[in-house]
Amino acid sequence: MVQLTLPKNSRMTTGKTWPKPEGATNLRKVQIYRWSPDDDKNPRLDTYWVDMDDCGPMVLDVLIKIKNEIDPTLTFRRSCREGICGSCAMNIDGINTLACIYGADEVKGDIKIYPLPHMPVVKDLIPDLTHFYAQHASIMPWLETETNTPAKEWKQSIEDREKLDGLYECVMCACCSTACPSYWWNGDRYLGPAALLHAYRWIIDSRDEATGERLDQLEDPFKLYRCHTIMNCAKTCPKGLNPAKAIAQTKKLMVERQV
Amino acid sequence: MRFMTDRKRAAGLGAAKSGTDHHWMMMVTSVALVGLVPLFVFTFGRALGMGFEAAQAYYARPFPAIVGILTLLVGFYHFKGGVQTLIEDYVHGLTGKALIIGMTCLSYAAAAVGVFAIVRIAL
Repeated sequence: MVQLTLPKNSRMTTGKTWPKPEGATNLRKVQIYRWSPDDDKNPRLDTYWVDMDDCGPMVLDVLIKIKNEIDPTLTFRRSCREGICGSCAMNIDGINTLACIYGADEVKGDIKIYPLPHMPVVKDLIPDLTHFYAQHASIMPWLETETNTPAKEWKQSIEDREKLDGLYECVMCACCSTACPSYWWNGDRYLGPAALLHAYRWIIDSRDEATGERLDQLEDPFKLYRCHTIMNCAKTCPKGLNPAKAIAQTKKLMVERQV
Repeated sequence: MRFMTDRKRAAGLGAAKSGTDHHWMMMVTSVALVGLVPLFVFTFGRALGMGFEAAQAYYARPFPAIVGILTLLVGFYHFKGGVQTLIEDYVHGLTGKALIIGMTCLSYAAAAVGVFAIVRIAL
């Protein structure tokens, strides 16, 4: 049965409020989810004050400033700082997005930052994405062919290449899957928007020869058909992609080969 | 605790090789209901407020009776599919399966009762 309340050891508590920096005039209040596996304490919401006159414009800049200058124990993933690697995906101001491309000025009022929802937390803002990555691997995210590899290259027309636009840009940040209620309730069996978007990306690749096998693999009431077109995935995607559309196209192909 | 690789956990029991039938039938019944529900509202609405004898005579005519029967059959088939999905979404394990059995019986029973009533009036 779906659990509608948090377990006792996951309930939030009020955390530490760090002192305001002296002499700052442009202060921003930042509240961040904190949890460590090293003690038995419940998660808490720590409050920090950041001088925005001495800080970069993005939420990731705010986090890095806090880690560098206020609290070095704050833990989060980051790498490219330009929306390509997908590492810094987190829930900012109630929406899953990438901290590196989300401006602090886009948040009205206090900046509240939580890890991606409904995933096990490793520490602070770091979710455990092991199952998410395994689901991605299960859809065979590579070119499958039976024809002998050509001497030069697998040819693809410009029109066929264009079909991959809006799909290949996915950086696997997990913002969409962790925003999807179907993935929250049935994430163990439902592949989720990200994996399904990637599955469709290979299904419609003109060079791929495993279309039937790929569709066979998705022919399941849970793996594919838990998508109820809620559209949270498209709304939250920091890259502006539409996984729900890719899923709908996959369903159309499923029907096409039967009816 | 079970020691399982991440890939095995993600693959689960594999694809059930079904699901499209359910999806397709939900679409077919949805389209059918787009036509049937207004017709049902129209015919049933006309019978509303009539006296018992007049309403009985009205539903003895083929069109209102057939529209009523089709709406009940298609409507409860669609209801069964929709609620099954709902239960699968939120209730897992034995409770979920028991609810699906109960809901399926209820849907067919309700459709049968409705169809029996209309047939009895019509014939």
